[in-house]
Amino acid sequence: MKRGKRLGKIKGLSLHLIPFSEIAELSIAQRVRKILSLVLGNKIVILQGRLRAEEEARLIEDTMAMVEHVKNFKGIELAVIEPNLSNASFFVKMKHRIARSLVGDNSALTVVGPASVIKEIKKDPRKLELMIR
Amino acid sequence: MIRILKNFSRRILRSIFRRREKLKIGFYGPPNAGKTSLANRICKDWTGEEIGPVSNVPHETRKVQTKEEVKIEYKGKSLTFKIVDTPGIATKIDYEDFLKYGLKKSEAKRRAKEATKGIIEAIQWLDDVDAVIVVLDATQNPYSQVNITIIGNLVARKIPVLVVANKIDLKKASVKKVQNAFPEYEVVGISAKTGENMDEFYESLFSLAKKT
Repeated sequence: MKRGKRLGKIKGLSLHLIPFSEIAELSIAQRVRKILSLVLGNKIVILQGRLRAEEEARLIEDTMAMVEHVKNFKGIELAVIEPNLSNASFFVKMKHRIARSLVGDNSALTVVGPASVIKEIKKDPRKLELMIR
Repeated sequence: MIRILKNFSRRILRSIFRRREKLKIGFYGPPNAGKTSLANRICKDWTGEEIGPVSNVPHETRKVQTKEEVKIEYKGKSLTFKIVDTPGIATKIDYEDFLKYGLKKSEAKRRAKEATKGIIEAIQWLDDVDAVIVVLDATQNPYSQVNITIIGNLVARKIPVLVVANKIDLKKASVKKVQNAFPEYEVVGISAKTGENMDEFYESLFSLAKKT
C-alpha cells in the first residue's frame, strides 16, 4: 500500500463473502493482505471459518501499520462467531473435531470491516450485532 | 509459525542449560483495563517505584515499559520478576476519540500515531515473555475479539496465562462474567486502584510462575 493513499467514499454497505476454500491454500501474509485489501475498499468481509491466533495478531499488526500510512483509515472491527459446543454431546464434539482436522476450521464465521463503517460489533456467546455508522 | 517454533525451542534450550533466575511477566489487555495501574501497584509494593503514568485517556501507555529485578515475597517464598507493561491492544485508533478527553488536535494525532506503533510493539513482545497476566476491565463486556485474540495467541505460543478482572471496586464490575467468558483459565478479581484482593493475586502469580 502506497503511503498517503486515500480511502474511497462510502456509496453503500458492501459485504464480501469469502468461502474457506478461497483462503485455504494461502499463507498468513496472503490471507491478511486479501482481507485488508477488501477492508480498505470499504467492504465488510464475511469469512467462512476463522483465522488462526497468529493470523489474527498479524492482522492487527498490519492494520496498525496501515492506520499510520493510509489517510482516513482508522482500523478494523473484528469478530468471530462459532457454534457453541459447550453443552454438545461427546459425539457431536468429536464429529466437529474430525471435520476440523480434515477440512480446516470452517464452522465459524469471521466478520472484518473498516472501523469507519462499523461503529461496533457487539458480541456475546449467542449472537453478533453489527452497529453501522 | 516460525516465531512460535523459535519461541518454543528457546524455552526448551533455556530450561535445559540454565536455571531461570528472573521471570519475564508481560501485562497484556485492551486499553484502559488497568495494566499500568496493576504493574505500578506491584512495583510500588516491592521496589518503592512506579513503572509509568496512568490516566483515564486511553492509550496512556504507548511504549513497552519494563522494571527489572522486582523481588516479590509471599508466604515465605520469594521470586524475582521482570515486569513488562505493554500498550493496550486495539484493532482501531481514531485520533478524534482523544479529542473528547480535551486533547488538542495535534496532540491527539500524535497520540494516535504513537498508539499504533505501541500496539505493534506489544504484539512483538509476545515472543519474549515467560508468562502473561491478561488484565481485563471487569465492568466491560469480556467477549471482545481483542481479548480472545490475545489469549488465543498465548495458548498458541504455550505461554502460561493468568486472567485478572480489574476494577472490582466499581459497582458495574462482574468477575463472574469474565470467568464465564474464559472458563479454561484462572480468573482473579482485583482492584489495582484500591489494592482489594491483592493477596489472592500474589497467590495466583506464584502458581503462574510454577507453570513456566
